[in-house]
Amino acid sequence: MLMKNAPFDQMLIGCGAGFSGDRVDAPGPVVDHLIADGRPSVLMLETLGERTLALAQKARRADPEMGYEPLLQDLLEPILGKCLDANIPIVGNFGAANPSAAARLIHEIAKAKGLRPPRIAVVVGDDLRERIQEMELIPWEGTHPGYQLSKSKIVAANAYLGAEPIAKALSEGADVVVTGRVADPALALGPLIYGLGWQLDDWERMAIGTMAGHLLECGSQISGGYFADPGFKDVPDLARIGFPIAEIHADGRLILTKADGTGGRVDVRTGREQLLYEVHDPSAYITPDVIVDLSAAEIVEIGLNRIELKGVRGKPATETYKVTVSLSGGWLGEGEISYAGLNSGARARLAADIIEERLKIRGLNVRSRIDLMGAVSIFDSDNSFLRQQMDLSSHSDLRLRLAVEADDRQTVEHATQEVLALLCCGPAGGGGARRNHVERIHTVSYLVPKSSIQAKVTFA
Amino acid sequence: MSKELQNASTSKLVNVVLHDIAHARAGDKGERLSICLFAYNPDLYPFIVNQIDESKVYEHFAHRGVFEVRRFLLPKLDGMNFVIDGALEGGVNGSLNLDGHGKSLSFRLLELEVEIPNTLLNGGKNYE
Repeated sequence: MLMKNAPFDQMLIGCGAGFSGDRVDAPGPVVDHLIADGRPSVLMLETLGERTLALAQKARRADPEMGYEPLLQDLLEPILGKCLDANIPIVGNFGAANPSAAARLIHEIAKAKGLRPPRIAVVVGDDLRERIQEMELIPWEGTHPGYQLSKSKIVAANAYLGAEPIAKALSEGADVVVTGRVADPALALGPLIYGLGWQLDDWERMAIGTMAGHLLECGSQISGGYFADPGFKDVPDLARIGFPIAEIHADGRLILTKADGTGGRVDVRTGREQLLYEVHDPSAYITPDVIVDLSAAEIVEIGLNRIELKGVRGKPATETYKVTVSLSGGWLGEGEISYAGLNSGARARLAADIIEERLKIRGLNVRSRIDLMGAVSIFDSDNSFLRQQMDLSSHSDLRLRLAVEADDRQTVEHATQEVLALLCCGPAGGGGARRNHVERIHTVSYLVPKSSIQAKVTFA
Repeated sequence: MSKELQNASTSKLVNVVLHDIAHARAGDKGERLSICLFAYNPDLYPFIVNQIDESKVYEHFAHRGVFEVRRFLLPKLDGMNFVIDGALEGGVNGSLNLDGHGKSLSFRLLELEVEIPNTLLNGGKNYE
């Protein structure tokens, strides 16, 4: 029972998923590596973004037994037995909007596979839906100045909890720790606090452990994923990319590598890109557990696919938690139609002009945007600044995309209908018209005093 | 200072796009976009620092409604981090853009031009 003999002088944390929708066969080689290595190990699975939590809240509203990570079964089925046998705890935020339901599913998987009943901890306290209306909300610095929160539209509110409840769950013998919203790096820091016997006010160690989590939390983004740029930055065997493993020593040494026998690469450049990924001020990377100072950080290659992070410093944590508030955001509609071949630039531009005029003629009160995919789309602005200046004559395969947003579904459907109508009423040669509509949830961030939130660990 | 950089002081200047000499990754939190940028060759880092400043990046993303750009330098990483507020037109849960995260915008940044000494040109083969 390896993890039960903490503290250790070093341990490994492998990451088997970096977002909701990641490769479901990724955790296998990571778990095999951890077992072969033999040092005390934890597997973390990070599957929860701002967007995915909003989707999970939607799913739970539609069905009270849903709202956890949709791929949870696919992710866990191949590895749950191996991890239980080798005493490698699994820590994940795959509970999303419904950690208790996720725990029930894991018990079912274990039962169906004839495994020993896992001890499953559920971390709760992040869900503020019942209390958010009365809470004191401090605007987060990245929120647009002047933004007005319409409290009647709030459908969910979740605080980013820290590492302490995860450490507590492991100290109480959890085989699996299911969380909802926690700061992603806490999925690694929690196991390190428990496994290496670190103190919560040892800011240097909290910073190192947080950076271990930060480098791991996006899965293959440190091992060659989201990195390849052929001819400039080449990555071997992306189809079998290896997911990352951190080796952390009790004294704070941090080494990153990847699962043995896999594709990808871990080097100074993959390390640098992930080190600053979604960091703002590098001298103050704020998590619930610590403020990390990366000003003097450097990455050193110490071997093939092995890097070490040095120079990380820590400062005392803030007195607040970040909270993501989800609001019902109306409906998004998209309609698309293609134009190809001779003079297609002019035909596509004419189609765009017709759509804009039709929305006006019908008096549809929508926020709208038109892209001409194949010429200019994702770099452009909603008011099509780049497209207006662009010479489309050299483009010969264009797809017009109308995106609209409104409070109600019907208005959005009326708008996208105008794209379908181009099949007869638009320019010559339009084809492949499609449309779809989804209900949206907006998110906005605030800070709340830590004293107003109580994280709890229960066993399911 | 490397031999190449010493030679650079007497060499001719040429225009390259950032993509030839640097790599970048973009990320988002809410409506805030951040892009980190790193020189492949440490000798070229000072040229990027001198030319790719906050106002140049602001101008390049202005059409997206940016209201603030901040730059943080990380010399030990041959890198810098740009924090760009307002470029995401609603962010991942509110944008009409197909790329609501703004993930692709690292390659928008890499379009910017930089003047470097021709002695430091190495045909784009910066990374084996």
